[in-house]
Amino acid sequence: MSEEFEKLVETFREETYELLSELESSLFELEKDPHNSGEAVSSIFRAFHSIKGAGGMFGFDEVSRFTHEIETVYDLVRAGKVLADKSLVDLSFAASDLIREMITSPKEVAEQKKKADELLVSLRQLFPEITEAKKAKKSALPKEGEPVMLAAKLKAYRIRFRPSADIFATGTNPSLLLRELCGLGQCSVIAHSDAIPDLDEIDPELCYTSWDVILTTGRDLDAIRDIFIFVEDTSELSIEMIDDGESAVDSADYKKLGEILVEKRDITPEDLQRVLGGRKRLGEMLIDEGLVQPESIQAALLEQEHVRLIREGRLKKEVISNIRVSSEKLDKLVNLVGELVTVQARLSRNALYTGDSELASIAEEVERLTAELRDNTMNIRMLPIGTTFSRFRRLVRDLSKDLGKEVEMVTEGGDTELDKTVIERLGDPLVHLIRNCIDHGIEPPEERISAGKPRKGTVRLSATHSGANVLIEIEDDGAGLDAGAIRAKAVKKGLVDPDAELGGGEILSLILAPGFSTTENVTNISGRGVGLDVVKRAADSLRGEISIRSEQGKGTSITLSLPLTLAIIEGLLIRIEDEHFVLPLSAVEECVELIGGDRHGRHIANVRGHIIPYIRLREQFTISGTPPEIEQIVIVKNETTKVGFVVDTVIGENQTVIKTLGRVYKGVEGISGATILGDGTVALILDVSKLIRIVEEGEVSEQASR
Amino acid sequence: MKRTIMTVDDSASVRLMVKFSLAELGFEIVEAVDGVDALRKIEKKPVHMLITDINMPELDGISLVRKVREIPACKFIPIIMLTTESQEEKKREGRKAGATGWIVKPFRPDQLVSVVKKVLG
Repeated sequence: MSEEFEKLVETFREETYELLSELESSLFELEKDPHNSGEAVSSIFRAFHSIKGAGGMFGFDEVSRFTHEIETVYDLVRAGKVLADKSLVDLSFAASDLIREMITSPKEVAEQKKKADELLVSLRQLFPEITEAKKAKKSALPKEGEPVMLAAKLKAYRIRFRPSADIFATGTNPSLLLRELCGLGQCSVIAHSDAIPDLDEIDPELCYTSWDVILTTGRDLDAIRDIFIFVEDTSELSIEMIDDGESAVDSADYKKLGEILVEKRDITPEDLQRVLGGRKRLGEMLIDEGLVQPESIQAALLEQEHVRLIREGRLKKEVISNIRVSSEKLDKLVNLVGELVTVQARLSRNALYTGDSELASIAEEVERLTAELRDNTMNIRMLPIGTTFSRFRRLVRDLSKDLGKEVEMVTEGGDTELDKTVIERLGDPLVHLIRNCIDHGIEPPEERISAGKPRKGTVRLSATHSGANVLIEIEDDGAGLDAGAIRAKAVKKGLVDPDAELGGGEILSLILAPGFSTTENVTNISGRGVGLDVVKRAADSLRGEISIRSEQGKGTSITLSLPLTLAIIEGLLIRIEDEHFVLPLSAVEECVELIGGDRHGRHIANVRGHIIPYIRLREQFTISGTPPEIEQIVIVKNETTKVGFVVDTVIGENQTVIKTLGRVYKGVEGISGATILGDGTVALILDVSKLIRIVEEGEVSEQASR
Repeated sequence: MKRTIMTVDDSASVRLMVKFSLAELGFEIVEAVDGVDALRKIEKKPVHMLITDINMPELDGISLVRKVREIPACKFIPIIMLTTESQEEKKREGRKAGATGWIVKPFRPDQLVSVVKKVLG
């Protein structure tokens, strides 16, 4: 603000000097002929008025306060209620001098204030009318010191907004008002379109629509009213509280439909009584009878639902965290739900084949219920990550003491929920990353100070939701990673080719490679021969991804992106001969036809100009038979590269319940589990990155042996 | 295309203040020193919003609103009156002339920003 604002203030000063000299010349005129100088009075009034208005904006509150009363007097003079005599002109000259003084040397406020008060006292003696005018105005304003309501409770309001038909003519866009309203809290909006005439009668410049809004908000009535401040006197607006957010309710039930409609005067109680004699549902009957518009019924039903939901939420909050269940029982439940999902898939499939519409509709219903049950069950397994976070406080404290560093740990998003299993398996990699931050990242205090950083380093641990993933970020404000050093080291260790072209992210990712460690000295804390590859492996087993950002001298941030749950994945079902496989959908980029087959015996496809290497799963799993004429290639994303998998057929998306393969097959690489399909067959779930690695290693050794 | 907001005020410092307050929103701000100047400029190039003072020597704010509403391209643009007259009467008169809303001087930059956001979306 500072410099630019200073400039603004300077403009204000110059302008005020100008206004003051104009003011003085008008005052001379007024003095010459007090009875016949309406023009002069107007210009004096305008000058004071402008000074007052601008003064307040540029921080000259005293100028604004003082000028206000003089302006009031001239307003009275202008209206012919009082006469401007010599004493007023004298006072005005004095006021002009004082204003000039105030804006020229704003530092001497105290003395100026005294002078201003003296002037005002004489002014008030001359014109007792000011005080009256002031009083009349004051009473219209809200009383000062009135306690401000702090509405912490969520209350529900019913807002009915019927803009005047010509609202557009004032440049008002009602949808903006509704949007603003929705910004206050949870909103359900119903538009009443029944007043819209036929197309040939429509006047596009008029507004025919009105709205019912049910809003749940922690803000008070005034905040809602404020939104409509510009339109409240031309539009029909009613705001009623329909749920005060605290009334003890034993059940979430809200008013009956009929009650709401009568309360809103959509129908009369008599209508209600008469129609209730019938048999159909009330809403239908009322519409049939032509008593109300369908939108009104919809609005009332919406209100019912809205309040029921918030009340339900409240009831839930009161009983939350009261049930303890052993995790065994939970695991069993999850397993059962998994089985159910499988059986349901079979049911849906069979229902589809038999063509029995009755059965199909039952299957659909079961599918819906199963999905809901599945989501709810998964939700039960979710735990906040906060407890894991707090475990690290101690770790950070002890480590920094051992290393003679000063480190503060900040955690964010501790209430982010993750699957219990993910949380359990996340502990170790996080410990490793934090150790790494403090050991290699944060510099010793002296070094930090000479680099112009605060003595104390910060390690920030945060968790946030991002779609079906949770992002865990470990960030430090330490030395950052030296990309050059990492590259040199990787080349030395034979991890990369000296001529390899690597992007910034790829270079940083090298620190995750097995057997990599940049610090020469192995410390006690980290780098005991085990690098960050442990973290990489743990993340892989959780189907997570790691990304690293770093700026030298500023710090490093490592982000783990993890799936919310491990029990079920969205998969892509594929087939080779009679064998089914599932690829995790999150890794799949696209599916295209493989045109032209192998070129010169090399497994490389050209997809829209991009060269993509591919793996023939048929070869990889030695499945006999001949491939179809047109094969499909599923392109997956693996770290920074894209790789294709050639299959016979892509069947489609599939909700996959993951089953472990059991102890016997524990050593099988490239397969992360199995799932049972709708028809009872087993499909193996492919571990994409492992498979790619196996093929790469095979190629390397093949080349070496040549 | 950058949207244009016009500030009409006989006081250069108020115009600057409007410009200063709205700088963060990224609009193009054009200035006019009074109603006559504003009309001439708008007729040449219509604006997306108007912020006008009420008390001005040549063509006051309320008459300006009335005239602007007669220009087809500006029939539905938001117009905010900038005034120290917090009296209901002026507001009503302005509304009747077709103003969208008002803001009472002295205002803080954030107040102006929130009003502009409110009426312009």
